[in-house]
Amino acid sequence: MDAVTLLTITVLAVFVGFEVVSKVTSKLHTPLMSGANAIHGIILVGAVIVAGQASDPWLLGVALAAVVLATVNLVGGFVVTDRMLEMFGGRKPVKTTAAAGSTEGADAK
Amino acid sequence: MIILSPEWTAVAYLVAAVCFILALKGLSSPKSARRGNLLGAAGALLAVVTLFLSMHLENLLLILAAILVGTVIAVPIARRVQMTQMPQLVAGFNGVGGGAAALVGILELGHAEETWVRIAIVFTMLIGAVSFSGSAVTVLKLQELITTRPITFPGLPVLMVLAVLAAIAGSVFVVLTGDLLWAVGLLGIGLIAGVLLVLPVGGADVPIVISLLNAFTGLAVAASGIVLGNVLLLVAGTLVGASGTILTMAMASAMGRSVAGIMFGAFKGGSTAGSTEVSDRPVRSSGPEDVAVELGYAQRVVIVPGYGLAVAQGQHTIVELATALEERGVKVVFGIHPVAGRMPGHMNVLLAEANAPYESLRELEEVNPEFSQTDVVLVVGANDVVNPAAKTTKGSPIYGMPILEVSDAAQVVFLKRSMRPGFAGIENELLFDPKTTLLFGDAKDSLSKVLAAVKAL
Repeated sequence: MDAVTLLTITVLAVFVGFEVVSKVTSKLHTPLMSGANAIHGIILVGAVIVAGQASDPWLLGVALAAVVLATVNLVGGFVVTDRMLEMFGGRKPVKTTAAAGSTEGADAK
Repeated sequence: MIILSPEWTAVAYLVAAVCFILALKGLSSPKSARRGNLLGAAGALLAVVTLFLSMHLENLLLILAAILVGTVIAVPIARRVQMTQMPQLVAGFNGVGGGAAALVGILELGHAEETWVRIAIVFTMLIGAVSFSGSAVTVLKLQELITTRPITFPGLPVLMVLAVLAAIAGSVFVVLTGDLLWAVGLLGIGLIAGVLLVLPVGGADVPIVISLLNAFTGLAVAASGIVLGNVLLLVAGTLVGASGTILTMAMASAMGRSVAGIMFGAFKGGSTAGSTEVSDRPVRSSGPEDVAVELGYAQRVVIVPGYGLAVAQGQHTIVELATALEERGVKVVFGIHPVAGRMPGHMNVLLAEANAPYESLRELEEVNPEFSQTDVVLVVGANDVVNPAAKTTKGSPIYGMPILEVSDAAQVVFLKRSMRPGFAGIENELLFDPKTTLLFGDAKDSLSKVLAAVKAL
């Protein structure tokens, strides 16, 4: 792909990136950071490509290390973000009775 | 295995990129956040499957094994880590992503002939390495394995300038020659630069630095997309880079800080005011029964939770206490500072976990005007976010940060482990105020005692 096309895509993606998160409440800052963090784990695609081309054992070793690291970023990132948001999801406008009920469950732990 | 034609591959990558955009969009709103995250994961899965179906890969079994290893490492950690350690975990995941990008960059050097591709490689390597080592330092700071105070020493600015000059010189040389050994040296310079960049940052600002390094990793991934001619990497990385930059600035402004001030503020000498020394000035401490009486006979109580609550895992007990007070006819709300704890929104996550009633959670702007009509403020394991120094003491590391103005209330009760200052390392004048009482001990422990005493009233 030529440089100008890549530049075009980059510039457009910058604006999309600015736009999508422009209005976000502070309580979602952490999940959003964590989710964005997971997305850049897609470097896994790059790591697999270089590992798939490596012929020298040393280079292959380094590439496989990159695959492991990228997988940790990608998989771990999405799982941990989901866990954070799961806790948010449990918070519905409930009355105090529901809160009292759940605290009993917590004591049992 | 080549099953997909280049056209279908491009279409599949496009779908994945759209998934990522919608994921970020979804994550910006509470209702759609979880769906957004799952959509992002679906996009990532689609992209990886597409990759395996679209090109011939050597070492296929080893690659699959490496992915398995990564998954086996990541999933248990991500599932089991304590809420208090969430920021470290995100920082760690970010760091390994940056490390992966840097390795991808250096491995592609042998295939790169054009100058602009080599420039992209050098960029990927440097930024990825900075993100890796910088994130490692933030993890050490958050785990308090090294001091949370800004670390500066006389030669640090000079060293930083030297590191930047070395990086530029090394980059030019690698771009011109494509020499692998020099590239390894450049990686080393990137690693050193990352450490130097994060060392002078004070503990309270670390979450913002994590967000900044997150944006860095995004940029490194974007550059790797240029290196490999892979549009998906380019788009995903750029998205994260751009949105991460906006997010970093939003976080900094929630703390009343500028990003430049956070990264380089320590050099002005301001934030070295921090101290971990225990003050021996007299304070008024009291027992759980006294606190229970104050709370139980109040009309309006505001609870301000902080990191101490998270550490003690006292979130369920505190909600129970709020419920017990409500049953006595006391109006109880939670005053939530956006950056209380170790990451923005930390307290929201923590209280959500304990099923605190949604309508009792108040944001900073909502609760501040209410303090003047509040009888008792119960501050649980928070310090910096209620420290009046943010308003009064110019030159204090937290000066300018919006705080919860708890001193407007009639009485303030602090539950604290000790007189040790908070994460930012600044003494809190409010602790010595005549209307303040302190109850020392582990937050959960103290809360349980107060709860029992309230029930006995």
